[in-house]
Amino acid sequence: MNPLLECNTLSKRYGSVTALSDINLTLERGRIIGLLGPNGSGKTTLIKLINGLLVPTSGQIMIDGTKPGIETKKIVSYLPDKTYLNNWMKVKNLLDFFGDFYDNFDKKRAYDMLEKLHINPNDSLKTMSKGTKEKVQLILVMSRNADLYVLDEPIGGVDPASRDYILDTIISNYNENSTVLISTHLIADIENVLDEAIFIQNGRITLQSTVDDIRVKEGKSVDAYFREVFKC
Amino acid sequence: MAWELKNDRPIYIQLIEQIHYRIISGEYESGSKLPSVRDLAAEASVNPNTMQKALSELEHSGLLVTNRTSGRFITEDQSMIQKMKLELAKEQLENFLEQLKKLGFSDEEVKTFILESVR
Repeated sequence: MNPLLECNTLSKRYGSVTALSDINLTLERGRIIGLLGPNGSGKTTLIKLINGLLVPTSGQIMIDGTKPGIETKKIVSYLPDKTYLNNWMKVKNLLDFFGDFYDNFDKKRAYDMLEKLHINPNDSLKTMSKGTKEKVQLILVMSRNADLYVLDEPIGGVDPASRDYILDTIISNYNENSTVLISTHLIADIENVLDEAIFIQNGRITLQSTVDDIRVKEGKSVDAYFREVFKC
Repeated sequence: MAWELKNDRPIYIQLIEQIHYRIISGEYESGSKLPSVRDLAAEASVNPNTMQKALSELEHSGLLVTNRTSGRFITEDQSMIQKMKLELAKEQLENFLEQLKKLGFSDEEVKTFILESVR
């Protein structure tokens, strides 16, 4: 079986700026993985390459053995760092919209999550706070039965109680066939949920290790270790 | 008992310890069925693979017994649970003695100290 995600000597340059350089990375199925790095380290560039929104300058990226494209979009569920949803739409319209777009969208799961987070399906996005909008987007993304979930900063604007609920959702949604890749700065909040941490710095991957291995080797949490490695 | 996880040590080791305490305290009764990995992981807010690893270790030590069709059970072997209880007590005692030694108490002083406290 192909690995879920494989990058070989993957590089991306914007003009003279190198955003990613020589990335070799393999992600297996059945994992929850943190993509951790300071601002401007290349996290979002990597995520956009996975989703086919950017094309590599050199090297290659394969998802389940296929280059990013229509086929891979069926199995990758992507939460971008910025919203692309129409502000005038009501939540229930958005659910229909996603249901039309994706075969693997589970509308019942979405309605269950809306109820748990006290979001009214008849509300339109423009009446919502930033945090509530983020929750709606995350619900849409997590309600697909995808193989790879790619979440770019999913919990930044969300209050701690909802954050716990979202992490619980990620845990209970876990199955051995799918992998969740989460990019974030809020390491302490998600650390216990992760199998693996990937550190990315200046466009290079400097570490890929399990959370418990980091704790054994460094005698501290991933959060504390991150602060040490990326100390300004 | 709520799951309490500290930041400085591997998560799976802390999960093992806390399950030990639950078995000793009788929260997980000897011979009873353990919740599923997924439920335990959600309850403790940890990664399911990490919980799986902790349970595998507990199986290895014999405290958990797996029945292939019906799940994981706490051992019915009371002597094993008793032995674990003594080991934990010993560990606590050693920590305690070490702390007192650091504070500069002699063995004799510790003895009178303990006798007075227990009385």
